[in-house]
Amino acid sequence: MSATNYGKAIREGFAHLLANHQDVFVMGQGLWSPWYVGSSMTELEKEFGKERVIDTPVSEWACTSAAVGASLYGKRPIVVHPRMDFMVFATDSLVNQAAKWSHMLGGQANPGLTVRGIINRGGEQGAQHSQSLQSWYAHIPGLRVVMPYTVADARDLLIAATLSRDPVLYIDDRWLYGQEAELPAAVDVDLAALGNQVLREGSDVTLAGCSWGTELAMRAADALAGQGVSAEVVDLRILNPLDAEPLIRSVEKTGRLVAVDASWRTCGVAGEAVARVSEALEPAAWKARPRRITLPDAPAPSSKVLEDIYYPSVEDVVDAALSTLS
Amino acid sequence: MNQPLKQLGALADPAAFRGPVDLQNTPDATALDMLERMALIRRAEEQIADMVEAGEVNCPCHFAIGQEATAVGVAAHLRPTDRGFGAHRSHSHYLASGGSVDKLMAEVLGRDTGASRGMGGSMHLYGADTGFAGSVPIVAGTVPLAVGAGLAAKLDGSGDVGVAYFGDGACEEGVVHESLNLAAIMQLPVLFVVENNLYSSHLDIHLRQPSDRVARFAESHGIATHVVDGNDVVEVARVAGELIGRARAGEGPGFIEAVTYRWRGHVGPDENIDVGLRRSAEEVAAWKKRDPIARLRAALEARGLAASDLDARLDAAETAAKAARAKGYDAPWPPQSALLDHVYAGRGEAI
Repeated sequence: MSATNYGKAIREGFAHLLANHQDVFVMGQGLWSPWYVGSSMTELEKEFGKERVIDTPVSEWACTSAAVGASLYGKRPIVVHPRMDFMVFATDSLVNQAAKWSHMLGGQANPGLTVRGIINRGGEQGAQHSQSLQSWYAHIPGLRVVMPYTVADARDLLIAATLSRDPVLYIDDRWLYGQEAELPAAVDVDLAALGNQVLREGSDVTLAGCSWGTELAMRAADALAGQGVSAEVVDLRILNPLDAEPLIRSVEKTGRLVAVDASWRTCGVAGEAVARVSEALEPAAWKARPRRITLPDAPAPSSKVLEDIYYPSVEDVVDAALSTLS
Repeated sequence: MNQPLKQLGALADPAAFRGPVDLQNTPDATALDMLERMALIRRAEEQIADMVEAGEVNCPCHFAIGQEATAVGVAAHLRPTDRGFGAHRSHSHYLASGGSVDKLMAEVLGRDTGASRGMGGSMHLYGADTGFAGSVPIVAGTVPLAVGAGLAAKLDGSGDVGVAYFGDGACEEGVVHESLNLAAIMQLPVLFVVENNLYSSHLDIHLRQPSDRVARFAESHGIATHVVDGNDVVEVARVAGELIGRARAGEGPGFIEAVTYRWRGHVGPDENIDVGLRRSAEEVAAWKKRDPIARLRAALEARGLAASDLDARLDAAETAAKAARAKGYDAPWPPQSALLDHVYAGRGEAI
């Protein structure tokens, strides 16, 4: 076991993949300039060479599609988008190409690339430097979408994504980079063996989240414990295909649900969580109406006073949980 | 509007280039193979057009009749480990690379024995065993995929090339610029093949671009470029051989602008003379006199090959196309399980 943090754990994932799988290469903007990607890729190009760690032209679409093309010929590319707002340029690569090639060609072509989209927001960066677009991509059959919350998952889901034969979108939120943990040595991880998981057991209310939403849920669970409320936290780290079973079993037990997603409300992950549980459980299983904590349906503001009310807080989650108990 | 530049000159003139092609030093066997491949494309597409008109094929079909020489000329220098990427009008690229006409017919009929197991139809063809990675109809979408396939070849040192087939309309998409730039800066083994047929789905190139010569995009990226009569299979093959050779040797990407014309409409079997602002029955008729198959046949006959032998080869293509059509009707449909089975490669298991 060795101590690390979320950002460095991502780097460990890259290093494990590049050291053990010759067919892995990485490309994206800023890979030779670590300030773009925090501590998550420091000096990888020095360790593994600039031919396998490629800093690219400013061409999200061509570079992501090039990775799709390379993945059809035995490579396991990882494309890094240091800010996922810019990844919108690569929507054709992901939605029309990567997600479709297997199905529309009868299962004969498998674009096994991984795309890493980084959420990098706050600090008055405004509408085009703040987005968290997981729900868009989770809507697309053929894509796999993962969002690590724990330090271990930051590393291991990157490994699992890259070794998967399917296109996987791996989304990490820079607000999580400071988390610390002790990790065992990295090993190959099979995405098929992974599902969503209960991170904290409880009996009164289920808090379900992904990524930063899970962080809010974990902090809320601590605060609720101080008020005598036992909250269970379910981490929806794999959003597509969505493994809803752990969530359904949890709400079956608690009868209460607060779904937390640090992205927009409409057609979002929190709504999907509520829908899956609602379909699975009889009305009598519910002790209170389910609640959602999300961003308001508005672009991110720049002004500090608006930013302060834009992002959901731990208190918002606590209040929602308490409202299901009152 | 400023007057558009007509920089292609005679290459865009259907009254030019009507005579027999110059066989250069092409051996008989090579030229005959090219004749047979072009004939197979035309006869297969004529059968499919007939199936569309009969209501037997319903997927959108975009015909390359009249454009056969480009696909066949390029394919003359490709090998099964190369990676060709097509677009909506790619029956020609699939067949030229050696794809099975039986599988093409089954695919347009949506059958399990099709090139894409009946999951794709005309616009989504898979033939990686003969060097055709696949075709999809998002205009320009496959251009960067071919760049990536070339990148994989470069990383592996395999000497294989990625080939992107696209049209003059795709050149108006920004990703083509990105792709040319990426291939050039990384010196990737990629051949960009533009079939400039002077029309997008419905609009004359002069109404879409300030010049009719799309090679200017490649030249601005410092990419080795040829602009040729796309209805001269020998000339297309000559420049393709040169550019593919350079790419295999690590000397970077190449670009061919092959000027040609589609005899049929953008989609479907008719001639589309009612679509667009210039295309007329007279223009279509004029381009049919610049027929790539007739011009190669005439050259071979002038070289002394027996007319009866040449006719027999053309007839054989028609026989093969008809036989493939008949087989297609009898082929099984995909199982219902295919609807969900192919969404993911597996259940996420590591390779």
